[in-house]
Amino acid sequence: MELAYSDKEIAFQEEVRSFFTSNLPAETVDAVRSGSELTKQMMVDYHALLAKKGWLASTWPVEFGGPGWTPVERHIFEEEACRCYAPRIVPFGLAMLGPVLHKFGTKKQQDEILPRIISGEDWWCQGYSEPGAGSDLASLKTSAVRDGDDYIINGQKTWTTLGQHANKIFCLVRTKADGKPQAGISFILVDLDTPGIEMRPIRLIEGGHEVNEVFFTDVRVPVENRVGEENLGWTIAKYLLTHERTNIAGVGFSMQALEEIKALARKVQRNGKPQIEDPLFAARVAQVEIDLEAMKITNLRMLFKAQKQNGPGPETSILKIKGTLIGQELKDLARRVLGPSAAPFPGTITDGNLALAPADAANNAARYFNNRKTSIFGGSNEIQRNILTKTMLEL
Amino acid sequence: MNFDLTDDRRMLADTLNRYLSDKYSAEHRTKVAYDAPYHDPEKWAELVELGILFALAPEDAGGFGGSGFDISVVFEALGRANCPEPILPALLATRLLVSAGENLESLLSGEKHYAAALGEIDAPYDLSGIQTTATAKDGGHNLSGRKSAVYGGQVADIFLVAAKLDGNLALFEIQASDAQIETYGMIDGGGAAELLLDNTPARLVMADAGTALQDAMNAGALAVCAEAVGLMDVTHDTTIDYMKMRQQFGRAIGSFQVLQHRAVDMLTEIEQARSIVIKAASELDGENASRYVSMAKNLVGRAARLNSEEAIQMHGGIAMTWEYPVSHYAKRLIMIDHQFGDTDFHLTRIMNDL
Repeated sequence: MELAYSDKEIAFQEEVRSFFTSNLPAETVDAVRSGSELTKQMMVDYHALLAKKGWLASTWPVEFGGPGWTPVERHIFEEEACRCYAPRIVPFGLAMLGPVLHKFGTKKQQDEILPRIISGEDWWCQGYSEPGAGSDLASLKTSAVRDGDDYIINGQKTWTTLGQHANKIFCLVRTKADGKPQAGISFILVDLDTPGIEMRPIRLIEGGHEVNEVFFTDVRVPVENRVGEENLGWTIAKYLLTHERTNIAGVGFSMQALEEIKALARKVQRNGKPQIEDPLFAARVAQVEIDLEAMKITNLRMLFKAQKQNGPGPETSILKIKGTLIGQELKDLARRVLGPSAAPFPGTITDGNLALAPADAANNAARYFNNRKTSIFGGSNEIQRNILTKTMLEL
Repeated sequence: MNFDLTDDRRMLADTLNRYLSDKYSAEHRTKVAYDAPYHDPEKWAELVELGILFALAPEDAGGFGGSGFDISVVFEALGRANCPEPILPALLATRLLVSAGENLESLLSGEKHYAAALGEIDAPYDLSGIQTTATAKDGGHNLSGRKSAVYGGQVADIFLVAAKLDGNLALFEIQASDAQIETYGMIDGGGAAELLLDNTPARLVMADAGTALQDAMNAGALAVCAEAVGLMDVTHDTTIDYMKMRQQFGRAIGSFQVLQHRAVDMLTEIEQARSIVIKAASELDGENASRYVSMAKNLVGRAARLNSEEAIQMHGGIAMTWEYPVSHYAKRLIMIDHQFGDTDFHLTRIMNDL
């Protein structure tokens, strides 16, 4: 039992920190810190910065361009990225499609697609959810019907995150209408330039444009764009979701958020003294700090286990549930600590000198509302409980 | 970074778990835990023989362990069996005597039972509120005051007592034969004593004992937290087994989602409890010991209550019976919050640190 980082890990931590300190553009750091929407260029530049250093595809095997990090090193990287206000790596190509192609892709698919993810030539987005298929993903209806060497796709995908920046989409489609719903799904790669595709923005609760709906009308896609066998896409879908869950505890983000709440609560005055001295507020901060301290260890324990058994197990659902609950509690505190200063709709106060909240906290209410998504996406927390019921409790 | 137990500690855990599951059945436990002397002297001797006390003492004091992880391994095993043997008072005495540089031979050999008399009715958790007072007398000292809920006091030969000496916290040793002792059983099994001191002759062990006493409290809190993890693991496993077996409305109650999700939430909190105990164990001998012990005690207190109450609720009436072992695990899980500071006491400490 040894919780401290090894000398090698500490050296790595320092390397990552100094890399971020000297290479992240100030405007990107400000945007992340204040929770403003990042521009496409900021994200593209960030990927390029990491790609040049060889750090972008951090979860990929070395033979596909990964840096060969251990799970603990990946954790250190994530922690430092959060500490330095680096953007989040856009996960759709790197954390989702990449691992799927490593395991299920043909040699040709791997050779063609993987390098373009690292180089930034392709921006992938995810076509999983549909208006009628959310938690019950297997009930999806978007159909792909064989026509010679092509599939013809018809249907609608939704909640497609950052689809407005993407040129490619990976989709789950129905290739067999009868039988068990899970047994008629295929995983297919689609070029968003293909005729018949229309992407429409969805405005979210806090006003931002983060997700989209995608309409497919007689979209013709070559059969060779299918990953894995026909009608066996559900296995791939589940595999991808397990990978999606691995970094989902969000420990680094939560640590940063906690420090910001404490700093704000020391400045904000209530009843003639700093808010942090209010016992009811302080009790909530203290409790979430304790939960987060335990979460750090839970996260590391599961990383350590993943390292030993070569991949994440079902217990990562625990990270998703508890990690998002902690993150949401922090977002609630970060909003409440500001009192009425949290209330202005971002951007509507035109004279910056009259702002009610400090610039890096002005979006705290918007961030709170946006963050409600975390217990819904990636398999809602209720779906995670279903997974744990089956796998860990065997009920 | 490594979350595996060392081979030595794994062997220790295996030995204790095997012994306790063979020799300390739930039935036996219920038989001995609630009647004086509130433990089984024969089993105590066998546990001592297995080396359980040596595992809690450092090598230079004659033991072979004594670190936070040794403590957590031993007490998690005791928790799995809900074992009422007075190992906790021996741990507290070990920490205090090691801090004082005293000989541990009669303690580690099991020849003498020690108990640590720290808390009082109006100062159960906070050392600064201690009222028991020492006065110098004939080259020695006399103690006056009342020490309360002294775990293991029902069988102790020797008490280590925290008392005020010239305004400082000091540590004294008194012989059980010199004091008035009221012994009793606890609602969750095991025993304790009230120690009534009225100019009772005492030997000064340490004049400036504040740090040593806090260390003993920290070790004790860590121990009961680890015990709670063992108790929760068994309680949860038993609950899941019951959910698979118990039929209502023509199906196993484990098929109802309303129960499944609550069982998952119990599991999540157990994993969080396990994590914070690992953290506190790793910090026990460091300068932030009190902080991480407080975190552990708060989180474990919450997780223990959730698991205790939910286990009873999901079992239904059967877990309300004296006969069914879960009821005794559930009691112990709740009453741990009454030792070494409850969830609110420790949350306040973290609040004061913000």
